[in-house]
Amino acid sequence: MTALLEVEGLHVDIALAAGLLKAVRDVSFSVDRGRTLALVGESGCGKSLTALAVMDLLPPRAQRRAETLRFEGLDLRKARTRRMADLRGNKIAMIFQEPMTSLNPCYTIGNQLEEALLRHRNVPRKEARDRAVFLLEKVGITAAASRLRQYPHQLSGGLRQRVMIAMGLMCGPAMIIADEPTTALDVTIQAQILSLLASLQKEFQMGLLLITHDLGIVARVADRVNVMYCGQVVESGEVAQIFDNPLHPYTQGLLGCIPVPGKTRPGEYLGSIPGVVPTPIGDLKGCAFRNRCAFLSSACEAEDLALRQISAGRAYRCLLSPETCAQNLRGRAK
Amino acid sequence: MLTYTLKRFSLAVLVALTVSFVTFMLLRFSGDPAAALAGVNATPREIEFVRVKYGLDRPVVIQYAAWAKRALQGDFGESNYFNQPVESIIGGRLGVTMTLGGCALGFAVLLAVPMGVLAAVRPNTWIDRVALTVSVIGQAMPSFFFGLILIIVFGVMLRWLPVSGSSSWRHFVLPSIALGYYATPAIMRLTRSGMLEVLASDYIRTAKAKGLRSGSVLFKHALRNAIIPVVSLLAVQFGFMLGGSLVIETIFAINGVGFLGYESIARADLPMVQAIVLLVSMFYVVLTFLADLFNAFLDPRIRVG
Amino acid sequence: MSEPAAGHIQEVEFPSPGEILRRRTLSHKGFMIGAGVLSFLFLVALLAPVLAPHDPYRQDLGNRLVAPIWHETGTWEHPLGTDNLGRDYLSRLMYGARISLLIGVSAMIISGLIGVTLGIVAGYFGGRVDMIVSFLITTRLSMPVVLVALAVVALIGGSLNVIILVLGLLIWDRFAVVMRSSTQQIRSIDYVSAAKAIGCSTPRILFTEVMPNILNNLIVVATLEIAHAVLLEAALSFLGMGVQPPLPSWGLMVSEGKEFMLFSPWIIMIPGFVLSLLVLSINLMGDGIRDITAPEGRS
Repeated sequence: MTALLEVEGLHVDIALAAGLLKAVRDVSFSVDRGRTLALVGESGCGKSLTALAVMDLLPPRAQRRAETLRFEGLDLRKARTRRMADLRGNKIAMIFQEPMTSLNPCYTIGNQLEEALLRHRNVPRKEARDRAVFLLEKVGITAAASRLRQYPHQLSGGLRQRVMIAMGLMCGPAMIIADEPTTALDVTIQAQILSLLASLQKEFQMGLLLITHDLGIVARVADRVNVMYCGQVVESGEVAQIFDNPLHPYTQGLLGCIPVPGKTRPGEYLGSIPGVVPTPIGDLKGCAFRNRCAFLSSACEAEDLALRQISAGRAYRCLLSPETCAQNLRGRAK
Repeated sequence: MLTYTLKRFSLAVLVALTVSFVTFMLLRFSGDPAAALAGVNATPREIEFVRVKYGLDRPVVIQYAAWAKRALQGDFGESNYFNQPVESIIGGRLGVTMTLGGCALGFAVLLAVPMGVLAAVRPNTWIDRVALTVSVIGQAMPSFFFGLILIIVFGVMLRWLPVSGSSSWRHFVLPSIALGYYATPAIMRLTRSGMLEVLASDYIRTAKAKGLRSGSVLFKHALRNAIIPVVSLLAVQFGFMLGGSLVIETIFAINGVGFLGYESIARADLPMVQAIVLLVSMFYVVLTFLADLFNAFLDPRIRVG
Repeated sequence: MSEPAAGHIQEVEFPSPGEILRRRTLSHKGFMIGAGVLSFLFLVALLAPVLAPHDPYRQDLGNRLVAPIWHETGTWEHPLGTDNLGRDYLSRLMYGARISLLIGVSAMIISGLIGVTLGIVAGYFGGRVDMIVSFLITTRLSMPVVLVALAVVALIGGSLNVIILVLGLLIWDRFAVVMRSSTQQIRSIDYVSAAKAIGCSTPRILFTEVMPNILNNLIVVATLEIAHAVLLEAALSFLGMGVQPPLPSWGLMVSEGKEFMLFSPWIIMIPGFVLSLLVLSINLMGDGIRDITAPEGRS
């Protein structure tokens, strides 16, 4: 199965007054048709910028470079502005985090939905309207036809996010990038939206790049996971592998922070990772996680750490051996 | 909606009354209107005669009440100079001033809005700097100076346009530019800052993510939102132009209400001055009211739900 | 327990607030140019009696409409030429600076006192008081300032005091609006509640949190209103209802020179240019202060 999206060696640099911020460093991943890849990490780890870099929607002061950046075989690095615009919303759709502000308040829902299709297909307006109604119903919005005439401010956050999803689907994209699609929503709505995304993905066999900080979401929806820290991928693998046998100390720490029903005993302290994420400005050598790692050694600050491939699709970025990591994990559980 | 309109209307009336009252007091207390009317060479007896004849010996408040009562019925008194009802004379000149104001505003918009959009799309580049520089210089030049320069360059040296009178459309070109350019900086800056803010908003990011072409993003989505506060500004500016057209009309000998006001002051034709001040202030209030209505029309969040 | 590993992270040093202010001020080109030109004009105005080569009122009818030094017929005796009564233009220009600045600053002070009081009162008390003040502001905004000022000055007479007073009574609206919104904002702002929450006393809150923010806006508005007053006085004098001859108001000089402007354009260009320069420098300074003290507003 050839990958829909192939990314290798992606860098995003932002020019700041204090220096060059290396927000995304040497990130590689691929998204396959019909499968979900999750990019997980805390705020500021560069996951959103990675997605924006793929779509060429980076803020003006950010620069991207990559060894490989291919979508359906097309080299995106060389794609001109018009070509990229033809792809966006058409072959690749992106859904953002803030449904409350992601729709233009001056135009109706219908107008904005139809526009998404009419931009890329030369079809009569009626056909666009019918497709909009069809998709609104697909995402679970009742009375779809009358909704078309409503304005965004007349809809709740959950409804607006559904509209965003419908809008992303208007042209039948091959891939969806969802950047924290449920973070701004109530917990109950979150579950609904996630189920919706998962079922739509299966039905239309789309690739899904899911960006989130919530490991719970990852467990529910993703097939593969890339854990990001301070702009780098520190661990990657299938969901089951990551959850059952996390290797990188950061991943272990993350998983230790979540209560697991059945495993976590009442009254037990949840784990936390001491320290703060460093700012990736200036000369960066060694492991980015070392000032928060319980298993620090002198070797950690000297070398430029590369991803260590254990098996196909399973890698992590740490000097410790897999056996040591497993040992550490057992030590934590005590 | 109805209560809103009624509230605004009563506000307008109240403002008009206050303005007319303040102006009335100012004019009465600024000097002796009877002496002004009677002329420079009048004897004290003649001044006294004028005073009694025009009821200027009554308490000031009574005088105002009498004026206001007549004004509410549409009678603004007789001009001391023309010996005709004030309204008829003003009415004849009003169209000219409105035309001048409209053209000036049109000029300002045609110049300022594209500049503002351009500056916002390319912030901190030379385009942005040029726009800001032009706007800063525009605000610094006194309007009469600019008017005179226009006359010298376009009227006399190049002989492209007439510089005096208001008989043809050509006569309105230079005065409109002179009057309108002063509003240009404010409009440009508001358009620019509004566009900058809107272009950074999430729905513009959505529009780009949908693959919309940049023209569509810029005009259909961004400008549509950014222009809303500009409309209110335009209404206010138009109101200022109606009141501030005096200098320009005087320089270009445009036969409008502003010029009439200037002449009336020189002639101590107080009823006329009083009426003109009232007229301009009423216009301003009505314009801001219309601007609010238009705002509601443009922004669905205000009008629906 | 976790110190940043050496050589890995560049420590970003944050300078003191005073240092930031100084750096921003000196690097803001607009402000520096504006402040520089304004200081120059201010000095010229102050030292006019010493600097002026001639008596600005002395007429020399044999030397009327002499061209400035850059014409072939110009002489160093009158570097900027003479007007239609033979008075030295350079000297009149210098004394004119005194008048413009005097009227500008005085009118600003008067209007500032009125506007700030109204604005703070409206913003602080809210409710009915706010309604009344807002009504007053609307009323003032709807009045045609030039017309009313013209009428009053025409009736009373064009002495400097009258002009200053009339202008001061007419241009307070911007002060009131800005002070009102600043005071309103300050009342409800998070850091005031936060300060209260950690036990700061009201006077302390007012001084450390409220005043600095209001002060910035106030200075910016004050600067811009000086320019406003200068332009208004120039317009009034141009129309003949402002500063009266033989006083050398720049606006009056333009008006007096109008009939000769076709053959001797410099006679209106020079005072007009200096007027623009004064207003420009004031505006640049005001905008600069706004940029320097409120960096969040910059793009």
